[in-house]
Amino acid sequence: MKKLFLILSFTFLAALSAINAVAEDKKPTVDDRLADIEAYINNGARQTNAPTAIATSAGPGHNAWMMTSSALVLFMTLPGLFLFYGGLVRRKNILSVIAQCFGIAGVVTILWWLCGYSMVFHSGSPFLGALDWKFLKGIDSTPNTDYAAWVSQNVFSMYQLMFAIITPALILGAIAERMKFSAIILFVIGWMFLVYFPLAHMVWGIDGFMNGVWNAGASIKAIDFAGGTVVHMSSGWSALVLCLILGPRMGFGKVPMPPHSMVLCAVGTGMLWVGWYGFNAGSAVAADGVAANAFMTTTLATAVASFVWPLLEYIIRGKPSILGFCSGAVAGLVVVTPACGFITASGAIIVGILAGAIPYLACAFLKAKLGYDDALDTFGVHAVGGTLGAFITGVLARNSANANLATNLGKIVTDSPGQPLVMEQLKAMAVTVLLAVVATAILGFALKFTIGLRPTEDVENQGLDLAEHGEEGYHGS
Amino acid sequence: MKKIEAVIKPFKLEEVKDALHEIGIEGMTVTEVKGFGRQKGHTEIYRGSEYTVDFLPKIKIEIVVTNAKAQDAIKAIISAAKTGKIGDGKVFVSSVEESIRIRTEERGEAAV
Repeated sequence: MKKLFLILSFTFLAALSAINAVAEDKKPTVDDRLADIEAYINNGARQTNAPTAIATSAGPGHNAWMMTSSALVLFMTLPGLFLFYGGLVRRKNILSVIAQCFGIAGVVTILWWLCGYSMVFHSGSPFLGALDWKFLKGIDSTPNTDYAAWVSQNVFSMYQLMFAIITPALILGAIAERMKFSAIILFVIGWMFLVYFPLAHMVWGIDGFMNGVWNAGASIKAIDFAGGTVVHMSSGWSALVLCLILGPRMGFGKVPMPPHSMVLCAVGTGMLWVGWYGFNAGSAVAADGVAANAFMTTTLATAVASFVWPLLEYIIRGKPSILGFCSGAVAGLVVVTPACGFITASGAIIVGILAGAIPYLACAFLKAKLGYDDALDTFGVHAVGGTLGAFITGVLARNSANANLATNLGKIVTDSPGQPLVMEQLKAMAVTVLLAVVATAILGFALKFTIGLRPTEDVENQGLDLAEHGEEGYHGS
Repeated sequence: MKKIEAVIKPFKLEEVKDALHEIGIEGMTVTEVKGFGRQKGHTEIYRGSEYTVDFLPKIKIEIVVTNAKAQDAIKAIISAAKTGKIGDGKVFVSSVEESIRIRTEERGEAAV
């Protein structure tokens, strides 16, 4: 009996020391720990699986920048966009624009939590993500290395939510002053499912159909740094279709409809420009060199475009207008959005010149010729600008600006204006326009023949503020 | 008693007020108005949209004075408001039947 006890004790001790030995093998070396820190500083993937002290946590610097960027992108909608648009409507409709922006922020956030984030960023089919992350289940502070090695996934999901909020809000410019609040909210809910979630997954989802940068198996090897197709083309082309289905404002072309406050419009523009750094530089999903390059190109293109637009006004009409400065700045930001992380400083200057000129011509001449009532020029700025941006990104993307282009696109980004990437961009543009136009037409007509899109004539005459929201923006004279 | 209504350029209000004050006129009613006469409006261009603004902002001054002071007041307004360019405005004079100071219930010229 005593013998047996001794044997058991020895066996137990031996086993214990064996376990200790295994544990000592897995203990991270100084090299492992250094490699992790280097990966963090370089925003690279962690090279070692050793359980170092920063095994599952996010990198504080990258996280800090992405939380800041998220707030900046929200700031673009609330209050940037609602002031930019709100200043351009008549005084009886300013509150309706504010209500629509707030309404969209709320309803899109609910959709995002419900299933939107999962449908965009979970892997699934090339066209839509699976629903595993519904209710943001399992989304915590651990980074999802498919999208960012060092940014918490809960931060990443909120950052992307801000994009999902501003995109449908951009459409409001085309349909301003004449669409029922209830119809707008229902339209946006449908539009998120039919256009935004699939398109964002196709372009940014890890197994997306058009994610050329990160998905080696992408059918269309297009690139879109911060949302030229997903955000600006989708909203801009949808805006055109919806404003055609909706019809012009009462008295359009006969009654003067000048902006009620160019001051508010200019204030909003400044906020958009500032917020856009979160949008563009933030789209690196890290505080790294790619973000730094995007920050520079965004500044250059925007400043140039904000100068070129009023310069053309000065040459053609004799006066540089404040709305010209504002429109030029926004057009510059729109056009550089898909390009900012992939182009050089000189590329950004070219983007700025084109962004100041082409959307200006669309707003000043094309619109007057075709006669549609795109009230605040969402089509002229966002669709024309976004389409131009997607195309010019293909022409100007350079390996020197972004090393990630070499990962999957070595053969199609050849650093020349005629590189094969241009063709891929054209394909992505066609898919985007087709999806936006068809889905918006279906949704628009469905709502028109059920709940109706427009308020009564009395409501439109009185102004949406008082009639739909029971408040006035300005009291007294 | 005479009522003098003068429509003037907005930036001339201070000068007109001072001129009237100098000849002893101590009260007036001022309204911001819009209108047009021979001076044409202007066009405003917002991107592709061009609007003609016909009604220009003006200031309307109303004063009621004694018959004795009426001519001096009219002269003071005209000399202060004149720029010699189109759009300087107009002065209208009419007779007033009665005036009453509410606080004291004084009537007639004592109340103006």
